[in-house]
Amino acid sequence: MPSCLKSTAFTGRYMRYNRDKEETVSLPFFGVPKLIPYIRKYVPWIITMVILGMFASLIDSAVPLMQRFALDNFVGKKTLEGLKVFIIFYVLMIVVYMIVNFFTTYLCGKVEMSVDRDLRNAAFNHLQELSFSYFNQNNVGYIHARVMSDTGKIGVMMAWRLMDIVWHGSYVIFCLIMMFILNWKLALWVAVLVPLVTVLISVFQKKLVKLNRQIRELNSTITSDFNEGISGAKAIKTLAVEDRIYGDFREDTEQMRSRSIKATHYSSLFTSSVMMVSSIALGLVLWRGGIITLNGVIEIGTLSAFLTYSLHLMEPIQWIVMTISELISVQVNVERLTRLLETKTEVADTEEVIAKYGGTFDPKRENWEELEGDVEFEDVSFHYPDGEEYVLEHFNLKVPKGTNVAIVGETGAGKSTLVNLVCRFFEPTEGRVLIDGRDARERSILWLHSNIGYVLQTPHLFSGSIRENLKYGNPEATDEEIWDALKKVCADEIVKNMKQDLDTDVGEGGDSLSTGEKQLISFARALLADPAILVLDEATASIDTVTEKRLQDAIKTVTKGRTSFMIAHRLSTIVDADIILLVSDGKIKERGTHKELLEKKGAYYELYMSMKTGMEIG
Amino acid sequence: MNKERKIKFNRVSMIAYFIKGSKRFFALGVILSLLAAFLDMISPKLVQYTVDEVLKEEQAAPAYVMEGMELLGGRLYLREHLYLIAILVILTALVAAVCRYLYRVVNSIGSERLIKTIRDKLFVHIEHLPSSWYQQNHTGDILQRCTSDVETVKMFVSEQMTALFRVGMLIALAMYFMLGINKKLALISAAFIPVVILYSLFFHNRISSSFKLADEEEGRLSAIAQENLTGVRVVRAFGRESFERERFEKQNEGYTKMWIRLMAWLSAFWCSNDLITGLQIMLILVTGAVFCVRGELTPGGYIAIVSYNGMLAWPVRELGRVISDMSKAGVAVDRIRYICNSLTEDEAEGSGDKEIKGGDIVFENVSFSYEDDREVLKDINLRIKEGSTLGIIGATGSGKSTFAALMNRIYELPENCGKISVGGIDIKEADRHSLRKHISMVLQEPYLFSRTLKENIAITKAEVKEKELERAVSAAQLKSTIEKFTDGYETFVGERGVTLSGGQKQRTAIAQVIMNDAPVMIFDDSLSAVDMETDAKIRKAIKEKTKGKTLILISHRIATVQDADEIIVMDKGRIAERGTHAELLEKHGIYREIYEIQQG
Repeated sequence: MPSCLKSTAFTGRYMRYNRDKEETVSLPFFGVPKLIPYIRKYVPWIITMVILGMFASLIDSAVPLMQRFALDNFVGKKTLEGLKVFIIFYVLMIVVYMIVNFFTTYLCGKVEMSVDRDLRNAAFNHLQELSFSYFNQNNVGYIHARVMSDTGKIGVMMAWRLMDIVWHGSYVIFCLIMMFILNWKLALWVAVLVPLVTVLISVFQKKLVKLNRQIRELNSTITSDFNEGISGAKAIKTLAVEDRIYGDFREDTEQMRSRSIKATHYSSLFTSSVMMVSSIALGLVLWRGGIITLNGVIEIGTLSAFLTYSLHLMEPIQWIVMTISELISVQVNVERLTRLLETKTEVADTEEVIAKYGGTFDPKRENWEELEGDVEFEDVSFHYPDGEEYVLEHFNLKVPKGTNVAIVGETGAGKSTLVNLVCRFFEPTEGRVLIDGRDARERSILWLHSNIGYVLQTPHLFSGSIRENLKYGNPEATDEEIWDALKKVCADEIVKNMKQDLDTDVGEGGDSLSTGEKQLISFARALLADPAILVLDEATASIDTVTEKRLQDAIKTVTKGRTSFMIAHRLSTIVDADIILLVSDGKIKERGTHKELLEKKGAYYELYMSMKTGMEIG
Repeated sequence: MNKERKIKFNRVSMIAYFIKGSKRFFALGVILSLLAAFLDMISPKLVQYTVDEVLKEEQAAPAYVMEGMELLGGRLYLREHLYLIAILVILTALVAAVCRYLYRVVNSIGSERLIKTIRDKLFVHIEHLPSSWYQQNHTGDILQRCTSDVETVKMFVSEQMTALFRVGMLIALAMYFMLGINKKLALISAAFIPVVILYSLFFHNRISSSFKLADEEEGRLSAIAQENLTGVRVVRAFGRESFERERFEKQNEGYTKMWIRLMAWLSAFWCSNDLITGLQIMLILVTGAVFCVRGELTPGGYIAIVSYNGMLAWPVRELGRVISDMSKAGVAVDRIRYICNSLTEDEAEGSGDKEIKGGDIVFENVSFSYEDDREVLKDINLRIKEGSTLGIIGATGSGKSTFAALMNRIYELPENCGKISVGGIDIKEADRHSLRKHISMVLQEPYLFSRTLKENIAITKAEVKEKELERAVSAAQLKSTIEKFTDGYETFVGERGVTLSGGQKQRTAIAQVIMNDAPVMIFDDSLSAVDMETDAKIRKAIKEKTKGKTLILISHRIATVQDADEIIVMDKGRIAERGTHAELLEKHGIYREIYEIQQG
């Protein structure tokens, strides 16, 4: 295929798959005003940094004057008188320059890192209090990028990019001022080129920004291609689609190749033309300056200073334009991060509650009441914040202390809604959830969570040892208590057989354990927390029959004497429950005990029969 | 197939292999950049002669300059028409700019070709490595080799190697011109060059370990955030927000402090380097002035030497960094070489060329153990007739899944461990690719590609027939799920799209296999994440859609396998029981026991 045809054909896959295109946002003053609350602390540093930077660039721009002085006073007058003073002054200047420079760069780094750190802490801490709807709407990768990379980019912006503009900006201004002082007519010849170069740079820069964005996107496409090629190797082999996947990969690398060359084409056109303008300036000064030197208006030294200025004037302008375009692209990060920081928690404690029970990070445990375990839904209506449709309407349910509630229904029928309400991950749109006879909102979220045990279908363990993971439920637990809990869920044997029993590292996200092992560990973790209310999302995942038996026993042990809400998939769990709720299409269709529901011969009866017959001799 | 490449790459041959298609561009690039550097050097010369000969009358220029001046009309004429010199300066600059532009573009063509060669080679090689390789190597590590190490090698060839040439020649040229103007000054300037290079080389070597540490700290911080976000429900449910906050803030503080300390070092380095450069410039300025007064140097020559000296300051400083970075490239090449030198499936295990036909499967005395000597299968004898269904049931680790992996040579059966044949042909003599096309399977953990649902389901098909697609999707009970998505079949799944639940993934994989329509189909525990009701529906549909195919069902659930023509019960790598569902129930063995547990 001819190469020109290739690139259009290849755009297809590349464009189609890039859903998460980088957006551009335009904010007043590059979004800095939005950041003021977070950088206020560092304003004195930033001001010092700016002043020092201006001073350094003043010294920088004075260097050609030294050359002029040497030329006019020593070379021109053919005398070495005053050379010592000149040298001393020069050395002093260099030393001062060095010191100023050191503090400027050091301060810059300090501002960058401090702003970075504060923003990251703010974002992370805010996330600890944000309600679940935020986590449902945004995936982990997206949120993670806000915490880790946006903050870094903003740090760089507030320090280095600001410094770039101050430094190069004042260099250009100082140079122009000095040239005008030396000879304003000659200076005008150079100054007219400044707007020209600015326009030229801006045109190229716009093109470049766009291309660079495409290259970044392609780069991440290639990385995920590789990721797929490695982690999906088994699937690729099994399907025998090596050629197809490789063909697509080559399309991506081909795209990358042609875009990158194009980007280089623009960027070198850009730098070459800036250098061209510098040379035009040099030529102009040589011509007009030569004439006035011949006429004796200026001396050779002044001419040489002019020549140096005109050569060095254009490059800083290039830097300024590049910095500005970078600032423009950082705005999207500012916008995303501040949007996160400004997101209000939908489930939050009132001020009175915080005053009495303490907030998330400063709990007043001494005021906490014991939680008994009575739960009541009182005329509860609810719809999810991102949906319109009510999933609960005027729902009433009394769950006395120690009752086991099983929630059954098809995959995706909305079984977690009740659980989310009990845990106060969400709050009822109307009506109340009562805990021990009082509205859940009268006590703090942390109080409730500290009293609830929670076992997930896909158990999440943190990287670290088994002990650390178990202690997550109860930091004060002793080894004895830990072993006791493990024994209760029949996991003690498994842990003992591991290389370093409790100190065994579970790997990232618990990956070095099997799903069944993770389940059991998370049961033990919930047990250690000794909660009055237990919430359990029963696993459907594949576990062999022996482990399955263990899990069933563990569930019975754990739920005994506690109020429990179970999203249940196993017949044994369902049949033994005190109350069964059948959920369909997000709504509660039937409720009652196993016996009652069977007699009703409704949806539950059908479900039960299909589960049952699935087991029978066919 | 291609058994010829058993030669391993060494560092040099590896780089040579990669730059085969691009080295001419790099060579051309170096020539162009030298031309540009040479033309840059001309410009101070022009200024020098203008100042000396045109503006003043030093009469010190070499004869060819004088001749050149005569050619342009002589000194007096030039004085009147100084713009001619200005035009000459601009023209030189123009040619230099063109050369520099071409150099960059040519160099970029070379380096982009290079990186494409490396990436393509790595990708295709990785695709053909044996499965044991992926178990021995971490995904993250391989990924890093394929991304950042590749970038490092590209930088090494296209930037560092060419920079070395370029700066070296730049120094030589500048020295040549400076020596022509004034020897002593040229030597003073030259004396500083090794000092600056060695100093920055020394510094960069010292600092690189700190950079690595800081990167690791950042990795740790990032991991804490990642875990907190994925485990947000656990954090909340146990009320451990304060703990998480403290942990994050502590790590964040440590990371920040480390960077600030590193910044102090960097600033100190930059500034001390500034000091050296500043002193050098001053020394040239002052001694140059002295020489001028003594009459050893013309004012024009003085201006030219100051310019040449200024031209060298930055490149020389960069050279130290470039040299210290080059040491990293060696490591990167080694890391890439490791992948390229790993033997592919065909090289390591050999490959036959026979095409497979038919669906009879025979296991004769098959035993298999993993590399850690754990024996998974022992003396398996089995005969599955074309068009029949085999059910395999057993506990985790009883060797169920190994059956499937051995059959399509994902794992290779070693010599003397029995024989597996499909359609009467020993699979060792079969072409891997055609074998795998012949046996279609749903993996225990299905993998979806970051493509649309439709493309995932029809990944093995070059063309998609709507009818076939509909058929496969409804058999896998995926239709209502797909209808719920706003983009339907065009919904983008996988890495950057909608994440499907475990059950949805399994059903997608089932649709994929039905679509594939191969003579042998294996379902490896592929309904485990689906609820019982859907499970039953799918089983029914599969039964209808796969008439005449050889079917192997691997599961924990009795319900899944109970209809099979033969069921084998695996226990510790052996076939413990075999028979039909009814026969096995009567045996009162393991099968019966499992059945009773599952009945609740």
